[in-house]
Amino acid sequence: MAYQLVVVGTSLGGFEALTVLLGGLPANFPLPLAVVQHRGSSVEEPSSGVDLPLLLQRHAELTIADAEDKDALLPGRVYLAPVGYHLLVEEGSVALSTDRPVWHARPSIDVLFESAADVYGAATIGLALTGSSQDGAAGLARIKRQGGLAIVQQPATSASRVLPDAALKGTEVDWTVPLGEIAPLLRRLLGSPASESPTGL
Amino acid sequence: MTTPTRDNALEDMEIELLLEGIHRHYGYDFRNYALSSLRRRIRDRVQAEQLRTVSGLKEKVLHDPACMERLLLSLSVNVSAMFRDPGLYRAIRSAVVPLLRTYPFIRIWHAGCSTGEEVYSMAIVLQEEGLYDRCRLYATDMNEAVLRTARAGLFPLAAMKAYTANYLQAAGTAEFSRYYTVSHDRAMFNPALKKNVVFAQHNLAMDGPFNDFHLIVCRNVMIYFDKTLRARVHALFLESLVRFGFLCLGSKETIRHTHVETEYAAFDAREKIYRRIR
Ligand SMILES: C[S@@+](CC[C@H](N)C(=O)[O-])C[C@H]1O[C@@H](n2cnc3c(N)ncnc32)[C@H](O)[C@@H]1O
Repeated sequence: MAYQLVVVGTSLGGFEALTVLLGGLPANFPLPLAVVQHRGSSVEEPSSGVDLPLLLQRHAELTIADAEDKDALLPGRVYLAPVGYHLLVEEGSVALSTDRPVWHARPSIDVLFESAADVYGAATIGLALTGSSQDGAAGLARIKRQGGLAIVQQPATSASRVLPDAALKGTEVDWTVPLGEIAPLLRRLLGSPASESPTGL
Repeated sequence: MTTPTRDNALEDMEIELLLEGIHRHYGYDFRNYALSSLRRRIRDRVQAEQLRTVSGLKEKVLHDPACMERLLLSLSVNVSAMFRDPGLYRAIRSAVVPLLRTYPFIRIWHAGCSTGEEVYSMAIVLQEEGLYDRCRLYATDMNEAVLRTARAGLFPLAAMKAYTANYLQAAGTAEFSRYYTVSHDRAMFNPALKKNVVFAQHNLAMDGPFNDFHLIVCRNVMIYFDKTLRARVHALFLESLVRFGFLCLGSKETIRHTHVETEYAAFDAREKIYRRIR
C-alpha cells in the first residue's frame, strides 16, 4: 500500500532533532507530516512566548505551521500540535482536542499515533525521535499492528533515549537509524516503488 | 482512500450503533461528533467498565442509566480557564468594546460555556469598561452538571495564580483578587459578576436559535464536532447574530473553508474574532 501520512513524536531534544529531520526533506515531499513535540505549557499556565513553527521554518523548505482544527492534510506540509491541544487525524484532515493529558502530556504522542493507526492504518509511517518519556511507544506499536511502518531514532544518537528505548521494547520496529539518516531514508522509501519497502507492502 | 483493517471497521460500526442507541433511547445526539477523539473516549470507557467491546458497552449503557451517566461524563470535555488566551481579551477590550458601546443594549452568547470561566472573564472585562450594566450574557451548555458549577461561580483556589497572570496579560485594570473571596480551597467570584448572566441548558446539535446577539463566543466546542455538525452550528450562529455582530472562535479554529466564510470578515485574524458583514 502506498504511504499517505507521516506522524512524528518527540519531547526532550526534539527541537534539534526536528530541525535535522525537517531540514532534510524537500519542499515537494509527497506526504503530509503531523508532529507532536511536547511543548511544556498546560492550559492553566500562560503559554510560553516561543514561536516553534517560526523557529523550525528557518531550517526547512517544507511549510510548517501550528495545526488548526479540521485543516486539510496536504503533501509537503508540517502540522504541529499546538500548545495545550492534542493533535489527531481524521480522514484527510487534522482534529484537535483538549481531552485530559496522556502521560502528563497534552499534546500527547500516543494520541496522535493511535488516531493515525486507526484512520490511516497501513498507510502510516510512524517516527519516534528523542524523548524523555514513554509517551509514543504504545502508539508506535499500534501503528505497527495496523500494518504501518515504524521508524525509531537510534537511542545512542538521541538526546534522551527513554522514548526510543521504550519504542524498541514495545514493538518490532522496521528501522532504527541515526538522526541524520532518517530524512534520507524517508526520501528513499517514498521515492522508490512500494515493493522495496522492508515490510513488503 | 484508506482501507481500515477489519478490526477497525467493526469497531467503527459498533460505535455507530452505540451512538444511534444513545440517541434513540436517551435523546443525546453524539452522532456527528469528530470520530477520532470520540473513539478514544469510548475505548477508555469500555476499559473503565471492564468490558471487552463497544457492543458490550452499548448493552450496558442501554439497560443501566447509571452507566449512561458515566459515559456522558467521559464523553464531555469540560476543561476551561479564566482569561485563557489573554490576547483575545485585550482585543475585545481595545477593539470590540468600543463598537459594542454604540448599542443601547448588548446581548452576548457564550455557547458551550462549560464551568463558566470564560463568562466570568468576560463579565470582568465588561465591568472594567463600564459596559456591564447594559449587557446581558447568555451562558449555555448541553451539560447541566457544568452549568451548576458555572452558576455557583466557585473555582479551585489553586488556579488563581495562573488566572491572575492571564488577567494581567489581558490588560486587566484592577487587582484580580478583588473579584473573589476565599473559602477553603475555592475562590468564590463576586455575585455581582453574574447579575446579568442567564445560565441555561442548550444543545448545539439539537436546539435552535433563541435570541439575537451582538457577540457570540464559542471556543473549543466545535473542535469536537465533525464538519456536518460544525456547519449546522455555524448556520445557527449566523441566524443568531445581528448584522455586524461578532463571533469569537477558539485560538486554533478558523472560519475558513466553512460555508459561512463569505458572511464574515476577519476582524482580528490572530485572535479569531470575526465580524458579520451582511
Ligand atoms: C472544552 S469545553 C470549552 C469551554 C470553554 N468554551 C473554553 O474554551 O474554555 C467544551 C464544552 O462544550 C460543551 N458541548 C459539547 N457538545 C455540546 C453541544 N452539542 N451543545 C452544547 N454544548 C456542548 C461541553 O459540555 C463542554 O462544556
